[in-house]
Amino acid sequence: MDDAQTMVITGTRKGIGRYLVEYYAARGWQVIGCSREPVDFSLPNYEHYCLSVSDESAVSTMFAAIRKKHGRLDVLINNAGIASMNHVLLTPIRTVQDILNTNVVGTFLFCREAAKLMRKHRYGRIVNFATVATPLKLEGEAMYAASKAAVESLTQVLSRELADFGITVNAVGPTPVKTDLIRSVPQEKMTALINRQAIRRYGEFQDISNAIDFFIRPESDFVTGQILYLGGV
Amino acid sequence: MRDRDKVIRLIYAAVDEINETLPQERQVTKSVETVLFGRSSTLESLDLVGLIVSLEEKLQEEFDTSFTLADERAMSQQRSPFRNIGTLADYISEF
Ligand SMILES: NC(=O)c1ccc[n+]([C@@H]2O[C@H](COP(=O)([O-])OP(=O)(O)OC[C@H]3O[C@@H](n4cnc5c(N)ncnc54)[C@H](OP(=O)(O)O)[C@@H]3O)[C@@H](O)[C@H]2O)c1
Repeated sequence: MDDAQTMVITGTRKGIGRYLVEYYAARGWQVIGCSREPVDFSLPNYEHYCLSVSDESAVSTMFAAIRKKHGRLDVLINNAGIASMNHVLLTPIRTVQDILNTNVVGTFLFCREAAKLMRKHRYGRIVNFATVATPLKLEGEAMYAASKAAVESLTQVLSRELADFGITVNAVGPTPVKTDLIRSVPQEKMTALINRQAIRRYGEFQDISNAIDFFIRPESDFVTGQILYLGGV
Repeated sequence: MRDRDKVIRLIYAAVDEINETLPQERQVTKSVETVLFGRSSTLESLDLVGLIVSLEEKLQEEFDTSFTLADERAMSQQRSPFRNIGTLADYISEF
């Protein structure tokens, strides 16, 4: 067991998750991450698990290992997520199931297992990932927006169920950020979307870590159940 | 089939943990007759949640498989396995 502040981040192989690993590891956090595929980087205070976030037994084994090795968990960042730009009439049910499993079931499982561990020290910070696609009712992303609406609802209800354990649960809702997630979305769709923001630019990784920094500060113990959209949405 | 005495020892260890967080007048007695659930229990619902979670952890460590105690199987039984420590031990022994 160790005294370093411990953080779990899901979906760390690439994109926002990978940036968050580098950002928090550089600030002295013990970071534990996961993704389905292995990562092509290594850091001294980073451990990786290869699993799908919706695989209950793999997730529970991962948390049993964290409990044994670190005996604590301070922060959970539920970043793993998938999207699929598609008209509803052309969306296969398999896509629907994959989106719900990763975005909703995965977020739920990690919240549940993390809270069990955080409960021991009566302290915890959970940050989930929402999206501006939900409030903007983005056409072509029906299941993605709906799955993130479920994440928002989960965030709000869990904030109440976990308050007595000293755990806060919030969500950050990024605007488009240039990662593989949005690579297949046509440029004119992106421009139209960004034009609906108060501040019209792409989001940067730093915009997201800035919001997370706020939620996970010890001083933010009175901030819970909130969805923070970026870009003025 | 699991050794019932071992299961009871694990339940008592989980009770010890919960007792550390409870005031004197609400301490849970370590006896198979201790009521865990319902009006005559000293446990509030959140304490019972804590007790079940600690017990699941201890069972997982001891028997190396994961346990979900409060699943539909438990909840759909006419008489809840959470009535008292003895019935809970019976239920887990047969898991
Ligand atoms: N980029 C944006 O414009 C944007 C906007 C709003 C919200 N978001 C949200 O931000 C989060 C991160 O998105 P991103 O842009 O960084 O996406 P990304 O570049 O596509 O990366 C997704 C990450 O999640 C992992 N992942 C996917 N499914 C998984 C599963 N079932 N189990 C474990 N890991 C899984 C991936 O690794 P593997 O493939 O190896 O599993 C990858 O590391 C998502 O929740 C997304 O909804 C992004």
